[in-house]
Amino acid sequence: MKSLKTLVIAAALSLGAVGASHAQAPAAAPAEAPAAAPVANPAPVATDAAAPAAAPAATEAAVPAGDATYVPMKPTPGVGQPIDAGIDFQPQVSPVGEQAYWFNHVILLPVITVITLFVLGLLLWVVFRYRAKANPVPSKTTHNTFIEIIWTAIPVLILAVIAVPSIRLLAQQYEPPKKEALTIKVTGYQWYWGYAYPDQGIGEYVSKMLTKEQADAAGEPHQLAVDNRMVVPVGRQVKLIITGADVIHSFAVPAFWTKMDAVPGRANETTFTANKVGVYYGQCSELCGVDHGYMPIAVEVLPVDKWEAWVRSKGGNPAGPVVAAAAPAVAAPTPAAAAPAATPAATTTEAAPAAAPAAAPAAKN
Amino acid sequence: MTDIAATAPAHGHADHAHDDHDHDTPGFFVRWFMSTNHKDIGTLYLIFAIVAGIVGGVISGMMRWELAEPGIQYLTGWAQFFDPAASEVQGKHFWNVMITAHGLIMVFFMVMPAMIGGFGNWFVPLMIGAPDMAFPRMNNVSFWLTFVAFVMLVGSMFVPGGSGLGAGTGWTVYAPLSTSGSAGPAVDMAIFSLHLAGAASILGAINFITTIFNMRAPGMTIHKMPLFVWSVLVTAFLLLLALPVLAAAITMLLTDRNFGTTFYDAAGGGDPVLYQHLFWFFGHPEVYIMILPGFGIVSQIISTFSKKPVFGYLGMAYAMVAIGVVGFIVWAHHMFTVGMSVNLKMYFTAATMVIAVPTGIKIFSWIATMWGGSMSFKTPMVWSLGFIFMFTVGGVTGVVLANGGVDTNLHDTYYVVAHFHYVLSLGAVFSLFAGFYYWFPKMSGRMYNEFLGQLHFWIFFIGVNVLFFPQHFLGQQGMPRRYPDYPDAYAYWHLISSYGYVIMAVGVLIFFVNILWSLAAGKKAADNPWGEGATTLEWTLSSPPPFHQFNELPRIA
Repeated sequence: MKSLKTLVIAAALSLGAVGASHAQAPAAAPAEAPAAAPVANPAPVATDAAAPAAAPAATEAAVPAGDATYVPMKPTPGVGQPIDAGIDFQPQVSPVGEQAYWFNHVILLPVITVITLFVLGLLLWVVFRYRAKANPVPSKTTHNTFIEIIWTAIPVLILAVIAVPSIRLLAQQYEPPKKEALTIKVTGYQWYWGYAYPDQGIGEYVSKMLTKEQADAAGEPHQLAVDNRMVVPVGRQVKLIITGADVIHSFAVPAFWTKMDAVPGRANETTFTANKVGVYYGQCSELCGVDHGYMPIAVEVLPVDKWEAWVRSKGGNPAGPVVAAAAPAVAAPTPAAAAPAATPAATTTEAAPAAAPAAAPAAKN
Repeated sequence: MTDIAATAPAHGHADHAHDDHDHDTPGFFVRWFMSTNHKDIGTLYLIFAIVAGIVGGVISGMMRWELAEPGIQYLTGWAQFFDPAASEVQGKHFWNVMITAHGLIMVFFMVMPAMIGGFGNWFVPLMIGAPDMAFPRMNNVSFWLTFVAFVMLVGSMFVPGGSGLGAGTGWTVYAPLSTSGSAGPAVDMAIFSLHLAGAASILGAINFITTIFNMRAPGMTIHKMPLFVWSVLVTAFLLLLALPVLAAAITMLLTDRNFGTTFYDAAGGGDPVLYQHLFWFFGHPEVYIMILPGFGIVSQIISTFSKKPVFGYLGMAYAMVAIGVVGFIVWAHHMFTVGMSVNLKMYFTAATMVIAVPTGIKIFSWIATMWGGSMSFKTPMVWSLGFIFMFTVGGVTGVVLANGGVDTNLHDTYYVVAHFHYVLSLGAVFSLFAGFYYWFPKMSGRMYNEFLGQLHFWIFFIGVNVLFFPQHFLGQQGMPRRYPDYPDAYAYWHLISSYGYVIMAVGVLIFFVNILWSLAAGKKAADNPWGEGATTLEWTLSSPPPFHQFNELPRIA
């Protein structure tokens, strides 16, 4: 009983520690936020803004000027990526992630630790007490109905205690997306990711891993850094529509507690809400061929105004189909935005089909 | 298992000289290549499993060597061994070939042949008082099909498989990576290898079921059978029901690959996820196929070295039956991230957790068997104690992974790798070593070296824990499976894990030294070297047993 208590306290402490690191994480972000005044500047930024090598220099220049153009953000050490010799889950920044983390650390981890130590204790005890020297004459006991019922019933009870929050967590993960959720279409390719924002009129752009040299130059972890990130606004639910173009891939971001397979011929849906500004990395999580280990995922969570600036830099309309539906007059810029000036030439052909679904949600609303 | 007292054991030894037809022992070629003797076939399976285990173990050593530090260091060079023109792309493909080969070899050509083909063949007839298996020639066919299957799988590493030589699909062979995603004959060869291994296992399963149902000695009722026989019986039913589903699934892979069908291609009305359902309908019972005979072995050993009958015999037997039955209705917990409905996920979460109950019954019954016993700690016993603890660790992480909501984060990470290596590499393999030391005197007629056996245990025990425990940390941090390279943050635990491999490998070397030394110069083993605790029928025979035993059936009181 005492060990259980200690464990629960230990778990609570480690939770507290994580909570503290959460608190620190966004410290840098809000500081920048006020500087980025919402400027009505729909002019798309040149392609090279996305080139990470140029990024550090651009940050100095762009932000103080008060110009809300998009500059790739630096990752916060220890958040959204593994830490050196780390043993715990990555700090969670989504409500589902916090719930799941709580479930694991307050219920599962103490339970399995206690069970394992209990079995170990019993083993050590019988080895000590019933060794041949200590107990030369073995007993003949072969049955004890009472104890057999006990060791069947107690595990059932323990499992029932686990099952309740487990099922609740599943229900929470599968809550239908809210109406105002931001929809992003994710496509897994051999071996890169394609992201499209149909409601914002951002055609599919491609996200590829940076080489080690490029990542080092950009100050990002290699094997995780990408050229074009998925960019989402903080605090707003994101609905991902995930599919695979060739073989099965899996879109995963550990800090959001998000993982969903990208299956050819299927549109899988999952949601997340990122509550902290920052850069969060993930990696393809289903074996997809030679470069399975070389198609990471990077999600940049920005304050709303900065996210809007990013959308404009991509030639999109941050207000999305709501505006298009409410005021048809404003719809005029949208077709223009659908031509993604900023996307690399190689992907423009892929962007064309992506633009078609963009119209569909608009019609629904 | 109530005490089994054989009333006619006199046969084994005394009649041996004139009754045993030693002059009938066939010549070398006929004896080992056209064998119909269950003990010889069991020996062949054990030798085969050891060879396959060395191949699979060397492959895992190469993987840990490459993973010891970030970056790609050796893969390209290794690929050039197969194809001098290989570049880094072929090197990375070779990585996928290694993970595929390691998984398939360890599952189909190491654990299964050793457990069922080796110990099952050797000791099921001896334990139930039968002269041989029901279908001796089919037994031989099973072995040689397994052998050919292994040759096919190794051969597939030398033919084109898409981006390089060999099949790089993972042991799960998921479509469409294994269909449209892998050109060349390597994947076809690997699939055909699985067909052959599956056919061999189905034949073996039929043989075991028939033998156990029909050839028990007089008085050996179902509820008096040793638990090892029970475990093989349940395993045989799992094989019989699960492997045809695998055969169907991979046959459809073959036709999708070669004949233009679209079972697993959405463009033609098929579904890639269908393959996963079929594969795991086989794949989950498969993990119990690998561990149940281990449960049986450990039950025998615990009872023997505690000098006490197994506690709760019926509960133990029917816990295995329950595990086998429930094992068929939990398969989709391997696919929690594939995009299932929430209700399905809730069902598979709950059903999976249920398995913990019969497993718990087994763990506690083993401890209760020792409780009140008079324990001696010979090598087989320490391996069994190690098994119980390591299997518990692997089991509780299984309870964590059973929760669909938690698995969202851990699916396809090193946490899963750690989990299944704790139940297999530390569970199944520990029980294999336990069984090997337990029955080595019976099989060879010589005692193993006790000191080397204990040394093997402790070094191996430390090695595998250093190897696999840090992988829980890697998985919680987000390290995905099947990656040849990783961000620097994972380097620390990967390096420790690789050190663990080296420690483990030293332990395995000691094992081989022990076998060779004992075979050459070990003490002659008595008929029953373990004393009063060893009550099953194999200990009533000579060590090694006569070429044909139980010509006159023993009667069980």
